[in-house]
Amino acid sequence: MNGVPRFLWLPAALAWLLVAVPVVGLLLRVDLSNFFALVTSDAALAALWLSLKTGLATMVCCLVLGGPLAIVLARSHLPGLPFIRSVVLLPLVLPPVVGGLTLLFLLGRTGPVGGFLYDEFGITVPFSTTAVVLAQTFVAMPFLVVSLEGSLRTAGERYEAVAATLGASPVTTLWRVTIPVVLPGLLSGSVLAFARALGEFGATITFAGSLQGTTRTLPLLIYLQSQDDIDGAVAMSLVLVVIAILVIVVTRTRDVR
Amino acid sequence: MSTTQRSPRTARRGAVLVAALVALLGLSLAACGGSGSSDQASPSGQQAAPKTLTVSAAASLTDVYQQLAQQFQAANPGTTVKFNFGGSDQLAQQVVQGAPADVLATASSKTMQTAVQAGKIQGEPIVYATNQPEIAVAPTNPKQIASFTDLNKPGVTTVVCAPAVPCGAAATAAEKAANVTLHPVSEEQDVKSVLTRVETGNADAGVVYVTDVKSAQGKVQGVTFPQATAQGVVQTYPIGVVAGSPNAQLAQSWVSFVTGPQGKAALQQAGFTTK
Repeated sequence: MNGVPRFLWLPAALAWLLVAVPVVGLLLRVDLSNFFALVTSDAALAALWLSLKTGLATMVCCLVLGGPLAIVLARSHLPGLPFIRSVVLLPLVLPPVVGGLTLLFLLGRTGPVGGFLYDEFGITVPFSTTAVVLAQTFVAMPFLVVSLEGSLRTAGERYEAVAATLGASPVTTLWRVTIPVVLPGLLSGSVLAFARALGEFGATITFAGSLQGTTRTLPLLIYLQSQDDIDGAVAMSLVLVVIAILVIVVTRTRDVR
Repeated sequence: MSTTQRSPRTARRGAVLVAALVALLGLSLAACGGSGSSDQASPSGQQAAPKTLTVSAAASLTDVYQQLAQQFQAANPGTTVKFNFGGSDQLAQQVVQGAPADVLATASSKTMQTAVQAGKIQGEPIVYATNQPEIAVAPTNPKQIASFTDLNKPGVTTVVCAPAVPCGAAATAAEKAANVTLHPVSEEQDVKSVLTRVETGNADAGVVYVTDVKSAQGKVQGVTFPQATAQGVVQTYPIGVVAGSPNAQLAQSWVSFVTGPQGKAALQQAGFTTK
């Protein structure tokens, strides 16, 4: 390791400890004797199931919508592309609560779109599982778009150009060349989006509310339980930590190969 | 050739960089912790020495306490009242864990009891005010909600607090007293969120407190119901001096002030019932 200047070691070690030590602190706080009972309570199972369900739905939404967006950003020559890209990045920078508020003002019962849906069709968007998926997609989308656009740019357009000279149509090129080449990026982007959706809190509680089995995902349950049942909150937190580690392992091992 | 040997200049530059990084880190941490009460470390005892009183109070007391602090500071020159507003459970937990606070004022006897049992309260806490649940509806009450049972009318979207938090416990107790089971579309984390749902028109009705309806200043209308005064539904407000407080005397005068005539007037104006 003669390439690393020595003075970087101390801050590097501090940075690592800052992340690692609190997790260890959480582990020490876990009430092991009741752990199983705590994570299999009705509320916990409902939240876990809802989180997995909405997380997967969010991942699909991000793929179906964010995938095409990433291709447009990486390959098209639209005017104003930098502007479009910065808007996509907005949820990364915004506090999720603000994201939830913007969704609420748009899709709430008194919002321009939500009001129309309610008056014409009697549809209320907030307080529904759909609202959870919407909120999660809002915050998770940039993860997939950024990751996929990066892969597309790294891969370059040479293979696509070759495919075109050999007579492949743009659609054939997309399915047979572009997507296979960026598949790793597509996968890790999807997993990242799923992970971000699992951890989503602010936008969900602001926009979708909190009701067991409908809108109360794991992070919402953890925050609620931290008010009066710390042991339960800690146990559920551990479940999320384990899922997070699994996600990192899955994405990293494939990236490093 | 010998790449391992570092010139003294490089070494010094490295040391300077480390120092700069450490200084930067210290600075940023200090900036983050700017609200820390380092001023409490100054020796007290002299009359002119500025004193800071730290009060941990339930979020529902925010407006009243801030107003009272102005009067208290005017009456006690050199005194600054600092607040830590939050959920009663969290505040009590913080005091039990040894957070720096001179006074604890919660929004339920249960949460105060947590601190009392941990030996963190001097003497007996005083219950000085109560607050009753009320139904918040849109102005002019378009869904014509007149009773607690009306919350279950078809087409009425109701929001309550989660049973784990005090306002939700009160709603649950009211359900029992009224012998109905509500079907809320959401169980919020705190009472202000419930109020916001009604204010923004996303819910038709929400179970909040009289004080919340008052604080909304006409954006919602209050509907009272007889079960609001039942046992376990009424919310009590205890206050106590934290044991081992370095400003125990000042803390005691804050308690006397809040429970005295000026405190009562401010509390009543906000919709509290005083004892």
